[in-house]
Amino acid sequence: MCTTCGCGVDTDTVRVDGKLAPVRVDTEAVTVLEGLLADNDAQAARNRAHFDQHDVLAVNLMSSPGAGKTALLEATIQALGDELRIAVIEGDLETENDAARIRRHGVPAIQVTTGNACHLDADMVHEALHRLRLSDVDLLFVENVGNLVCPASFDLGQHRNVTLLSVPEGDDKPAKYPVIFRAADLVLLTKQDLAPVMPEFSGERAADAVRSLASTAPVHGVSVKTGDGLADWCAWLRAEYRAQQVRRRDGSTVRPRVQPDGARLHAAAGGARS
Amino acid sequence: MHELSVCYGLLSQVERVAREHAATGVTRILLQVGPLSGVEPRLLRRAWPVAAAGSVAASAILEIEAADIRVHCSRCDAESAATANRLLCSACGDYRTRVISGDELILKTLELETARVPRNTDAGQEHRRIHGAL
Ligand SMILES: Nc1nc2c(ncn2[C@@H]2O[C@H](COP(=O)(O)OP(=O)(O)O)[C@@H](O)[C@H]2O)c(=O)[nH]1
Ligand SMILES: [Mg+2]
Ligand SMILES: [Zn+2]
Ligand SMILES: [Zn+2]
Repeated sequence: MCTTCGCGVDTDTVRVDGKLAPVRVDTEAVTVLEGLLADNDAQAARNRAHFDQHDVLAVNLMSSPGAGKTALLEATIQALGDELRIAVIEGDLETENDAARIRRHGVPAIQVTTGNACHLDADMVHEALHRLRLSDVDLLFVENVGNLVCPASFDLGQHRNVTLLSVPEGDDKPAKYPVIFRAADLVLLTKQDLAPVMPEFSGERAADAVRSLASTAPVHGVSVKTGDGLADWCAWLRAEYRAQQVRRRDGSTVRPRVQPDGARLHAAAGGARS
Repeated sequence: MHELSVCYGLLSQVERVAREHAATGVTRILLQVGPLSGVEPRLLRRAWPVAAAGSVAASAILEIEAADIRVHCSRCDAESAATANRLLCSACGDYRTRVISGDELILKTLELETARVPRNTDAGQEHRRIHGAL
């Protein structure tokens, strides 16, 4: 009996007459108890270690297509670009459009070609990291593929998740896509300038829907057209960057508030299967 | 549809365990997938044959165990059932709860086909190397 896995195989196949017993097919049940995305999670942990080594704060932006991720990044570079060295990994869409929009602001942008993939994974981000000089970066944004379903399942190694919801999408989206909104450390209600023409959107209802997901994440409104809310957003980023520097000094790290299951399992089992 | 990527992740895990056990085939795979995992069991089932084709697990039966959503309240300490978009404490209504079940995405068990191996075969050596003296 194999004691490490309890698989019930015995190797006592040498017969008393000294001849080998014939090979026989058996079935054995093996308890694995491992997160399904263990390989991705391992790569994500390596990415996070890269970020920590280089004092980089990594923020993953998720939303449906067109909610305003790239526009927000452009506004953020204008507001914070003199203070923090920013870089962007662009996963949204196969074209170089978004990366080109970012580069126009003098910031390095790496376009990840996801092909038909509906999300970024830790390997894609790792590959992009090889094309970036992390020692020249303080704040790294990952613009995930525009999709309210898939990106939430894959840890990339980021420290924080930000989920955007634009006013025209409707305030019921957190209830319809609970997984991605639950993963958020901050929810941004974008395109606030459109609120006057869309009275059916209630920021309060959107925030309530986020609260119903047992999330303590702050919910902020922003508009890149009027600049409303950008100061709060930048203040959040500055505070997160400072917190990252403190963690770096005491050698700790942080993951987005919702932990993928694999990590939790390993902690519970004392890393039984590593 | 990220379920296909999830299936490829699953396949590499299954292949690794099968290798460690010198298995000749995989007959059954049991997963636990909670509603908060972000993975749809129905789509997972549909994607699996594509990922598994030609592998050691090509003819394995994929079983997916659903998990109920349960939360623990940090305010009143109650444990209660919840739904994916309403994870509040059902005892006191507070939102400061922790999901204790329902976000699983776990490979629980595998049923492997193993040839009973004589001591002097490579597979036997490999099994002993991994699991130590028996
Ligand atoms: N009115 C308004 N339009 C916005 C705002 N932010 C982005 N947009 C527009 O929304 C569209 C999609 O924005 P984009 O940044 O490409 O979205 P992404 O797909 O999430 O990166 C573009 O036409 C933007 O000009 C905003 O704050 N207000
Ligand atoms: Mg974009
Ligand atoms: Zn998908
Ligand atoms: Zn309670």
